[in-house]
Amino acid sequence: MTAANDSALGLDAVKSPGGRILKYAVYALLLIVFAGPLLALLVSAFSDVSDPTALSVIPSSPTLDNFGIAFDHGVGLYLLNSFLVVGFGLLLQVVISVLAGYALARKKFRFMTFVLVAILATLMLPEEILAIPLSLILSDLPVVHINLIGSLAGMIVPLGAWAFSILVMTEFMKDVPRELEEAARIDGAGDLRIFAQIILPMCKPALGVIGVFGFTMIWDQYLLPMLVSSDASTYTLPLALRTLRIDADVTPGVIMAASLLALLPSVAAFLFFQRSFVRGLASGALKG
Amino acid sequence: MTVDHAKPAAVGADRPAVKRAPAPKARRRSDRDGKWWTPWFFLAPALILFVYFKFIPMITAVTMSFQDVQPYLGNQWVGGENYSTVLGDEAFHSAIWHTVVIAVGQTVGSMVIGLALALLMEGQSKRLKFLRSAAFLPVVVPIAVVAELWRIMYHPTEDGMLNSILGMVGLGPSGFINDPDTSMISVIITGIWRGAPYDMMIFLAGLAGIDRGLYEAATVDGASRWRKILHVTLPGLRSVFSILFVLAAIRGLRVFTEVFLLTNGGPNGSTEVAMTLIYKLGLEQNRLGVGAAGAVLLFLATLVLTLFVQVLRRRRDA
Repeated sequence: MTAANDSALGLDAVKSPGGRILKYAVYALLLIVFAGPLLALLVSAFSDVSDPTALSVIPSSPTLDNFGIAFDHGVGLYLLNSFLVVGFGLLLQVVISVLAGYALARKKFRFMTFVLVAILATLMLPEEILAIPLSLILSDLPVVHINLIGSLAGMIVPLGAWAFSILVMTEFMKDVPRELEEAARIDGAGDLRIFAQIILPMCKPALGVIGVFGFTMIWDQYLLPMLVSSDASTYTLPLALRTLRIDADVTPGVIMAASLLALLPSVAAFLFFQRSFVRGLASGALKG
Repeated sequence: MTVDHAKPAAVGADRPAVKRAPAPKARRRSDRDGKWWTPWFFLAPALILFVYFKFIPMITAVTMSFQDVQPYLGNQWVGGENYSTVLGDEAFHSAIWHTVVIAVGQTVGSMVIGLALALLMEGQSKRLKFLRSAAFLPVVVPIAVVAELWRIMYHPTEDGMLNSILGMVGLGPSGFINDPDTSMISVIITGIWRGAPYDMMIFLAGLAGIDRGLYEAATVDGASRWRKILHVTLPGLRSVFSILFVLAAIRGLRVFTEVFLLTNGGPNGSTEVAMTLIYKLGLEQNRLGVGAAGAVLLFLATLVLTLFVQVLRRRRDA
């Protein structure tokens, strides 16, 4: 009789009519508070919302004009920039993380602890705090003396170094059985082959985790693009929202349309890869 | 013989050689780890990027904080002057105070509401899974979008979205982010809206780790719902609390984008936080040294906070 009653509040077991009504009222309220604003965004993007007071969750005078105006203001280019940054940035980050994860999880070498601690320490180093020196360094990379300011590359390359992804890969690769690797070695496989054909295929779930986390993290980037871009031609979509707002003939409806385009990819990534996402949250939090 | 696949790209071959090459006979065992440079070959790309974009900026920040940074004129060593400027500056004092208020407000608010959400939405039914996903959405919405959306919702006239809701329950129109008296709480509320669902997910993961038998035992002992929460759930979530506390506090101390976009420190500097001030000093007024000193102090604060909680946790676990 108490079988279902295994949660703290035991809400599954609430059976009385009054209790049920109360329960659903609470759920409805939560839904309104957390999903309501996003619903207002969605509705306004497709409505003729000419001033901020017209923002509402109730559809009125439906139109697609907002998107047309948004694209007239260069949203197409900003969207393309965003996709280029997230595409190449994520590719770079994943490649770097799996390579580093392989070394840290499967090898023993001198200074390994030092390297691991140094990488982990960057998790405590908020990027905001590095903003100013980072912008100086991007304008003149030490040793190679390349200026990355004003180029998409300047937003992409720094994204490769993300300790969270390396950590997830390392933890995951540690769990691949040694026997598999040894068998391959006896068959004459080298490190690159073992890495590519044994370890990597076993780590698909971890690739899902770092993929979806990397995607949302890169898509959410604001400060780095702001430091790097010198004019509108390299703006990413989130960055462009602020300049759109200043434009006189851009209504809140247009901003909501552009916002919708800016949030869809990461919301879609979350909905498709929910399981990986939740797993990543748990592992990230437990180690953070 | 076996590890030569990695050889063509002999990165790191010019590193100082490790003393002893593996003796031919002992090889079969040490082969497992390949040549000494194999791990460095795999690590090289990561290390290069970390050095360039994390460690060099960190060192630069620390050096800059002791210098009067003058582009094209050469930097001058000024010792602790930047730090005393920062610590003596009225604007910095209030920015730090605002940062602390936002950090505490968002941390506490997100954790309390996140825990309440988690307790309410703990369960296996499909309906609850849908609800959890819907409630989690704010976390994955880009911060720039959150800021633009809330700016419009916070429209200060009576018929602005949130004001019309306030009007329904008989509360007067609020200026929200346009009024120095309410700007702070408005920024905090936006932060909680985005932070609480994140905390909820972590709490849910923590709740799943609590031994079901404990609840059953408590039920057998006739414990009420609140006693179960007090004596089973909360102790079971202790480590989750400290993790979330650190994460949220760091998130709060470094708050930048949402403040920058919602109020840019205004009105009347009522929401100026450490990071927006550092940004203005460094990149708008070109007082790079002072900005760097502020950043280093902020970093030290995060570090101290993290270590403090870690030590506290160790001691309690022991």
